[in-house]
Amino acid sequence: MIEGAKWRRWVYFYIPLGAFIFWLLFPFYWMLVTSVRPDRELYRPWMAPNYTPFWTAHPTLVHIIDLLTETLFTRWMLNTLFIAIFSTVISLLCGVFAGYALSRLKFPFAGSLGTGIFITYLVPQTLLFIPLADIIRNFQLGDTPWALILTYPTFLIPFCTWLLMGYFKAIPRELEECARIDGATRWKAMIYIIIPIAVPGILSAGIFAFTLSWNEFIYALVFLSSAQQKTVSVGVTSELVRGDVFYWGQLMAGALLGSIPVAFIYSFFVEHYVAGLTGSVKG
Amino acid sequence: MARVLIRSLNKYYDDFHAVKDVNLEIRDKEFVVLVGPSGCGKTTTLRMVAGLESISSGQVLIGDTVVNELPPMDRDIAMVFQNYALYPHMSVYDNMGFGLKMRKVDRGEIRKRVYEAADILGIRDYLGRKPRQLSGGQRQRVALGRAIVRHPQVFLFDEPLSNLDAKLRVQMRVELKKLHNRLNTTAVYVTHDQVEAMTLGDRVVVMRGGVVQQVGEPLELYNTPVNRFVAGFIGSPAMNFASVHVTNGTSGLRAGNTGLAIDVPAEISSRLAPYAGRDVIMGVRPEDLEVANGGDPPGLCFEALVEVVERLGAESLLDLQVGEQTMVAAVEPNVRAKRGDKLRFALRPERLHFFDTNSEAAI
Repeated sequence: MIEGAKWRRWVYFYIPLGAFIFWLLFPFYWMLVTSVRPDRELYRPWMAPNYTPFWTAHPTLVHIIDLLTETLFTRWMLNTLFIAIFSTVISLLCGVFAGYALSRLKFPFAGSLGTGIFITYLVPQTLLFIPLADIIRNFQLGDTPWALILTYPTFLIPFCTWLLMGYFKAIPRELEECARIDGATRWKAMIYIIIPIAVPGILSAGIFAFTLSWNEFIYALVFLSSAQQKTVSVGVTSELVRGDVFYWGQLMAGALLGSIPVAFIYSFFVEHYVAGLTGSVKG
Repeated sequence: MARVLIRSLNKYYDDFHAVKDVNLEIRDKEFVVLVGPSGCGKTTTLRMVAGLESISSGQVLIGDTVVNELPPMDRDIAMVFQNYALYPHMSVYDNMGFGLKMRKVDRGEIRKRVYEAADILGIRDYLGRKPRQLSGGQRQRVALGRAIVRHPQVFLFDEPLSNLDAKLRVQMRVELKKLHNRLNTTAVYVTHDQVEAMTLGDRVVVMRGGVVQQVGEPLELYNTPVNRFVAGFIGSPAMNFASVHVTNGTSGLRAGNTGLAIDVPAEISSRLAPYAGRDVIMGVRPEDLEVANGGDPPGLCFEALVEVVERLGAESLLDLQVGEQTMVAAVEPNVRAKRGDKLRFALRPERLHFFDTNSEAAI
């Protein structure tokens, strides 16, 4: 906390913090206002005398209702949820085991393997989707959720592995050694001791993985083509922008509703999440 | 209950030879302390007995079984770690019961044994708490309790007291000793603190650079160290060493340097005779330096300049300048010495130690 006179706290703390929060949350406010604004206000020119960009006098739910009834938005939400949960579970499972092995077991090339995994994470998705598209086509997975469930782990597993590797390394080795003397096999020591202690790390890896797959755009855009199969991020932008017509109200309602699950998960796990990132193991 | 037998034990880490040909028999119910400076291989030796480090060559036997290839869980041992290694997500009760649970002991028995151990250690009130809610000393007790409930053949201790503050360490040391008397289980204890080693061990093993220097009862190490290292390591404050030149005088052997010259006592003469004309290292413990009274033989006295006086209450430590070297003397608190005083000290012939300059072995 900042010591000293009251004005110092305002100048160095509250005002910068307020500006930051405003900067951060304004887009969400904009989405909210736009999604409840009636069309006649939306398309009003900015010189009009009754132009009110920051609020609306006649809020309406018509865009949201349209979005839910006239478009495939609920379908997209379910698609996204299914894909995100599935790929997160796969990535977490692989990440936990790989991270544990890389941080704890001695085997040849463990170090270079760890670096290798990290490098795959550095390959930009915008390059990787081209060869992946070929693979997806060969396996005839195009336009199915499996195209994404199987490709998202290509960047999620390295991410989870690295995050968890760091976390496992922070857990004192003696805990596991003690468990093994106490009569646990390596497997049991991992299940009973290491994983319960690593829960904050695993949760934050999971939240990250879920968010990344929820928000993913390029793979979803390339690998899915029919409106039925799309995810929220692709569906909203491709189906609600027709040529040069932007359905602003529905677009913003879609964006707003689409960000609710992620926001919900973050707020629910925020404590674990912070503990996981700061890597604190309380002894 | 079992003995532990270590035969020609070696450990290599790539090119580094960490433990060199260690042979040791730890008898049934014995409390043996491995002591030495950091990096001397004591912990590695213990971890090989525990099964946490692979054995490069040699054998470890617990009871009559060669355990080289047995995983830690099958060796019937319990280990207490320096940082306690309590499972942070479990209550004290679960921590203590974990080993038994893994071994599929039935619940009633686990409960009985945990309560029994908790009573011995006085931690019954904390059984429901998590480790982070406990103080250092309490955690240490839980770690001990976790070992006790298992009723293992051998206890292994890896510097269990070094994370405690000085006062608590002394207290826990006494409790450990009591605990061993009560449980009567074979124990191997690793520490770098020679006081702990001397007070706890039935026998003490001094190690340096992966090599066992000497094995013996505490007083044996103190009175008859086999080499300069053991002599300097055991005892606090450490033994004084002075390089002296041995000459063959008219009245027998003499040993001296710039600050002191003494007649070599008859009982040592025969051993020191081959060194006539050469340098040897003379060792004398601070507590064996006495302020001379009139009756001491002049051939065993020397003068020293007092540089620093440290009054500890029960005794006073004097930092002395003797010729070109410094020595420490531990004297009675009633000796009224101050900085700059010249004092005359007497050596007791039976308390003198001599070491070969090159091999550093006791003469």
